[in-house]
Amino acid sequence: MMKSKADEEDYWNSSKFKAFTFDDEDDEFTKLKESRQAVNSICGLVEEEEDEDEVEKVSWSGEPVGSISWSVRETASSLREQSFPKIDTTPSLPKNSSGYSLSSLFKGKEGEREMMDCADYVSDWSPEETVHRMQQGKAVSLEKFRSLQEKLLLLDEAVGVHDGNVITAVLIYLKKSLSKEVLFRELESRQTALRHFIHYLTESKEQRLLLELYRALGRTEDEALLQYKEHLRITDENKRRDFLKSCVSLPFSPEDAGHVQDHYTLLERQIIIEAETGGKVEIFQKFPRRASILNMPLITTLYYCCFYHYAETEGTYSSPANIRQTFRIAEKQYFVTALAARAKLKAWHDVDALFTSRNWLGFTRKKSPLSFSRVADILSKNNAPVQVLQEYVGLVDDVELRVALAQKYKCHFIVISTYRDLKDRQLLLGYRGKVERGSEEERKIDELLSNPQIRWKN
Amino acid sequence: MAAHLSYGRVNLNILREAARKELREFLDKCAGSKAIVWDEYLTGPFGLIAQYSLLKEHEVEKMFTLKGGRLPAADVKNIIFFVRPRLELMDIIAENVFSEDKMHSPRDFHILFVPRRSMLCEQRLKEQGVLGSFTNIDEYILDLIPYDGDLLSMESESAFRECYLENDQTSLYHTAKGLMTLQALYGTIPQIYGKGECARHVANMMLRMKREFAGSQNQILPVFDTLLLLDRNVDLLTPLATQLTYEGLIDEIYGITNGYVKLPPEKFAQKKQGETGKDLPTEPKKLQLNSAEELYAEIRDKNFNAVGAALSKKAKIISAAFEERHNAKTVGEIKQFVSQLPHMQAARSSLANHTSIAELIKDITSLLYYNKTSCNSLVSASEAFFDNLTVEQEFMTGVDTDKVNTYIEDCIAQKDPLIKILRLVCMQSVCNNGLKQKVLDYYKREILQTYGYEHMLTLNNLEKTGLLKPQTSSRNNYPTIRKTLKLWMEDANEQNPNDISYVYSGYAPLSIRLTQVLARPGWRSIEEVLKMLPGPHFEERQQLPAGLHKKRQQGENRTTLVFFLGGVTYAEIAALRFLSQMEDSGMEYIIATTKLINGTSWIKSLMDRPESQSP
Repeated sequence: MMKSKADEEDYWNSSKFKAFTFDDEDDEFTKLKESRQAVNSICGLVEEEEDEDEVEKVSWSGEPVGSISWSVRETASSLREQSFPKIDTTPSLPKNSSGYSLSSLFKGKEGEREMMDCADYVSDWSPEETVHRMQQGKAVSLEKFRSLQEKLLLLDEAVGVHDGNVITAVLIYLKKSLSKEVLFRELESRQTALRHFIHYLTESKEQRLLLELYRALGRTEDEALLQYKEHLRITDENKRRDFLKSCVSLPFSPEDAGHVQDHYTLLERQIIIEAETGGKVEIFQKFPRRASILNMPLITTLYYCCFYHYAETEGTYSSPANIRQTFRIAEKQYFVTALAARAKLKAWHDVDALFTSRNWLGFTRKKSPLSFSRVADILSKNNAPVQVLQEYVGLVDDVELRVALAQKYKCHFIVISTYRDLKDRQLLLGYRGKVERGSEEERKIDELLSNPQIRWKN
Repeated sequence: MAAHLSYGRVNLNILREAARKELREFLDKCAGSKAIVWDEYLTGPFGLIAQYSLLKEHEVEKMFTLKGGRLPAADVKNIIFFVRPRLELMDIIAENVFSEDKMHSPRDFHILFVPRRSMLCEQRLKEQGVLGSFTNIDEYILDLIPYDGDLLSMESESAFRECYLENDQTSLYHTAKGLMTLQALYGTIPQIYGKGECARHVANMMLRMKREFAGSQNQILPVFDTLLLLDRNVDLLTPLATQLTYEGLIDEIYGITNGYVKLPPEKFAQKKQGETGKDLPTEPKKLQLNSAEELYAEIRDKNFNAVGAALSKKAKIISAAFEERHNAKTVGEIKQFVSQLPHMQAARSSLANHTSIAELIKDITSLLYYNKTSCNSLVSASEAFFDNLTVEQEFMTGVDTDKVNTYIEDCIAQKDPLIKILRLVCMQSVCNNGLKQKVLDYYKREILQTYGYEHMLTLNNLEKTGLLKPQTSSRNNYPTIRKTLKLWMEDANEQNPNDISYVYSGYAPLSIRLTQVLARPGWRSIEEVLKMLPGPHFEERQQLPAGLHKKRQQGENRTTLVFFLGGVTYAEIAALRFLSQMEDSGMEYIIATTKLINGTSWIKSLMDRPESQSP
């Protein structure tokens, strides 16, 4: 949508907020230009030469030569192996500023660590000591925690140190050594551990167990969504459809349940529509399909049907009207989609019919759920001829917008008649210079200008 | 090469040096010649720590990217895998190890997990039957990576998702660990403030870890006076808005990864004299962006509308410098001129690059540009940018946030990118403290019908994180928050800013307002608003050993480390830098985060994983 400049200024001045405006637009623009010119003029002065001492070498792709990702590529090709450019990476820092590495900061006493490593790890570590050792990446044996109580103590200890890695390790052991029922029950009262367990199952793709867990916890919506997500893995459309059908009865929230039902219905439809691409039908030969309609979104499907199955009666699965009704498509969406499809086919007659309504007296008039400026926009994107365009541009209520659009789409007669209605002689005179010499438009303007009946305001 | 890290208030090069030392130590553990097999994701972050030359000094002879199948031939003693702890990578490693030719001279295998080792992964290796093949399994603690003189990031892509969607606190544990490392290097931080559940959690872990290390007193004079921990979900609004600083816009439009940006090459073609631009490069132009580049440091935090003027000023200075050559008469003068040439060359090429980038951005952002060009795609690009911004600003000022927005509707009808739609809808929801059920249902249905029903999963995720929600109470408290914190400033000055709101041309980021108020006059003045925002707010003190209490000089600035849990945007960083530079603020800010984000990358991280589509 194009706003005329005057319109826009008016808008900004009247509204209480300020947009990202370019007040000194022209100035701003010339400034960039200035800097561009300066750059270009200096360019010719001296030979391009990177300073090797100060500037790091950068290959055309911008990767500094010698950087890791650059060298991964380079060393991979054994040919270039020898010639690594020398780049000084010696830090400018005094050496003593950091005489230690990160891990040494936390390692504690080294000697003690060595000793413990050698110790027999079956020895009797308490849950606390065990967790502590695990945090330091030392070998431990969890098998000695036999009773449920011991295992839970270990888990609580792990949760207490917040180290996800240790928590997961304990959970893996618990999963192996406890029955599902017991594990699920105990996890329910341990939310942190539970979340780690869910994450673990998700990561290791243990779908079935995760579903069982959700069910046990009464998290039915999560269960339903997870189950539904599975459909993405199914490539065969018939199997996917059947799977979606089985999802419909899952315990979704009411609105999601509706969406899943629609998803299933849509795919079912698509399979039927897909079968109807018979080679005999003219339209498919004239405009061969670029892709299958299977698994496309609903609106894409509607577009497809408006394109290939427009004239069908409402009874068929592929008729646009039927789709609109089945899926409760909003009026606006329907119009935009149908308009785009028919305009693409240059079926201007259909476009006309789409917006024409008859009142009870039998008079026709144009009605649209979208603004007529949007209609004109869509039509112009589909290269509609001026004759078609001007009909809709002429219906734009806002005078300034109408003129702006008419100028943009070269609907001269709309501009002319609007100026006439405004009784603005000056603008009309000005516009005369913009239309072609000797054209019909020019004649029309002259005729108006010499019409003594019009009372010009200027 | 990392000199720019040491220019700031806090010398972050110390951290980088410690990380380098750690790396050397590990490499020396694997004696003899070696080849590194890289998890490709890691090469970016690692590049900020070390160059290939460092590895080469420690007998790294070859480097490969991690791929399935057989490892490439390399006559080395050690093969080291540098990987993130991810299960799918373990399967690839197992495949590599299996296909190794046992008869041929055996090579030693090692794994270096970055940033932490993982039992889960080791378990997977065990299941695959290869765990025993590894001589060393170690971890490389790369929690906080220095990005710039005042910026640290953990580059943990999924941190927000894990914390606020999956409720998995592993990344918070890493955060706490990273903060312990920082304290070990820069001294105990005496004051800790925080807002949000995760902030509380991190502070608790830090205090606990400190007690565990109670034996070894930290004898370093504290560099930081204050640590402020902020949950991203305290301010969900800011990342959704389009950033309007130079750096922010580069990130919004082209995306900055690990300090690099890839740009369309057309505007960077260098036309030499007498040459017509015949072979234009087709490969994207990659540029490094940080404060090591003088010009970039100067302009990156400016509102984009002030960048043109800055560039043109710079151009005049450089042109004048080159003109000096006419005045150079004596040998001495000529010599002087020549000695300055390299510096001038660098300045010129920097100016050229940023002029090109500014032109690229201008094409997209400038509404009036279309008067000067006939190219239609540009018209629609800039119009779309302008309209989008208008709607964002309507939402932020609270205009019609309770109805279905026509612009969003139109964007859906045009099938604009889904992420753009989600950003806008979420923004409306946040600015209205939830959407009316009818409005929410309408948007959801339109989205699912247009983009596919499977996005139900993504919508559910957005609802779980609170980005999208139905209005539960009839009271919308956003206007109160906006007014109290002055989130909207009528006359933001973009050229010579006097308030942080310049970074979004009017909107002052909530997160940064909280930071600003904390410094002065203190959070007590905004208790009411703090209660409206999610999670607890708190203050903790850490005891310093006697003798380490700072004796502050008159007029000396205090230093605050602001840690954004769940991500921070470049515009927020710009706002904090602006506060640091304000003469009377008395506070300097260092910024740390789990990830540098923008609205797009953030929403993307919450979408249901596309990888689930491949079995």
